[in-house]
Amino acid sequence: MSLGVTPSQTVGPFLAIGLPWPDGPFVVPEGTSGAITITGRVTDGAGEPVPDALVETWQADPDGRFSHPDDPRGAPREPAPGFRGFGRCATSADGSYRIVTLKPGALPSPGGGTEAPHLDVSVLARGLLDRVVTRIYFPDEAEANAADPVLASIGDPARAATLVARAEPGMPGRLRFDIRLQGDHETVFFDV
Amino acid sequence: MTVHPPPADPGLTVRPYERPSGVHPPLDFAGYRSTALRHPRQPLVLLPHRLTEITGPLLGAGRVTPADADLTAQHADEPLGQRITVSGRVLDSGGRAVPDTLIEVWQANSAGRYRHAVDNHPAPLDPNFTGVGRCVTDSEGRYRFVTIKPGAYPWGNHPNAWRPAHIHFSLFGRAFIQRLVTQMYFEGDPLFYQDPIFNSVPDPAARERMISRFDLGLTEPEVSLGFTWDIVLRGRDATVFEQPEDRR
Repeated sequence: MSLGVTPSQTVGPFLAIGLPWPDGPFVVPEGTSGAITITGRVTDGAGEPVPDALVETWQADPDGRFSHPDDPRGAPREPAPGFRGFGRCATSADGSYRIVTLKPGALPSPGGGTEAPHLDVSVLARGLLDRVVTRIYFPDEAEANAADPVLASIGDPARAATLVARAEPGMPGRLRFDIRLQGDHETVFFDV
Repeated sequence: MTVHPPPADPGLTVRPYERPSGVHPPLDFAGYRSTALRHPRQPLVLLPHRLTEITGPLLGAGRVTPADADLTAQHADEPLGQRITVSGRVLDSGGRAVPDTLIEVWQANSAGRYRHAVDNHPAPLDPNFTGVGRCVTDSEGRYRFVTIKPGAYPWGNHPNAWRPAHIHFSLFGRAFIQRLVTQMYFEGDPLFYQDPIFNSVPDPAARERMISRFDLGLTEPEVSLGFTWDIVLRGRDATVFEQPEDRR
């Protein structure tokens, strides 16, 4: 049996009435020990902020595990209290979003090799007829990032660098990840 | 910082999901002006499905109450408009039900106006209608919303542009790669031909899959009309067979 997949349509300009949750940005509860905050702006091809986007994240826990029946390795060894794995934040007038989470662990890659710690990211917005998908990697994982099969698949190191968040100087636990939909330093997006 | 990679696991196998072609709209679609500055110009990079992609948030329990599925009962009085029931099943392309998955909907009121600050269409707001609902599919993938039929509304995409009546649907499925946000339309809408968003889907047969059908069996006598609409998410790739060691 093979059924045709339902096509995607844009979220349109009014997603803010339906999709944001008050606790959306909190992959872990606010104040969780070791939590990190990832902030950034979503901008368009003119460099203007995208104030009507939704940024969603999905990631492994700090142990590199997913609380999900399709992870062939089984259940998390030490589930982090309140860890949801999923974050969601609508952008504000200046195009900014924020996600409060725990840094994920590295993952084994099918067939061998290791994926560096990362978050999968969806961006939905007016003007996007389908979501776009990217990844956030971590600036303190240079060695793991260099061995990551997904970053390597991008080819151009300058383009791959668009997926590595920046540490915020003098602000431990704060990372910056801007999402440029189009134009100079356009973020790498994936065909999933 | 010391890196502690997990032990190499050459035995780890991940069964990927299918990649349907020609189903979803292109990101660059001239007819819909807002795509112009928002679509990536660089080619998308193929991402083979790994652990992060074949897992995903299993949301629902604790986020939804039964009342969230009735958009006509969220205020002191009833909203104006044609009462409707919208119901169907969430399936994957292999025909399997997708149970226990969160569905979120939002829509305009019967006059074609959203309860949103930037909707400046000069049609009345309805104090008894927010236009937001949620539910979780049952064990057979079934969902059901009670609402009012949304109105069509004008928008600034091109002169005299009107959106066909639609309800926005957001679904998670069980894997990151199954995430879907779409719009449900109504059978026989005369506005389809001039709507670039509906027509951004290249395959006419795929467009039809966004259209709900009137269903007398879903009507409630003396109360409301019924529309049925099944939603199909990507399934596992049938061309990749499970290895015996995967069945554990």
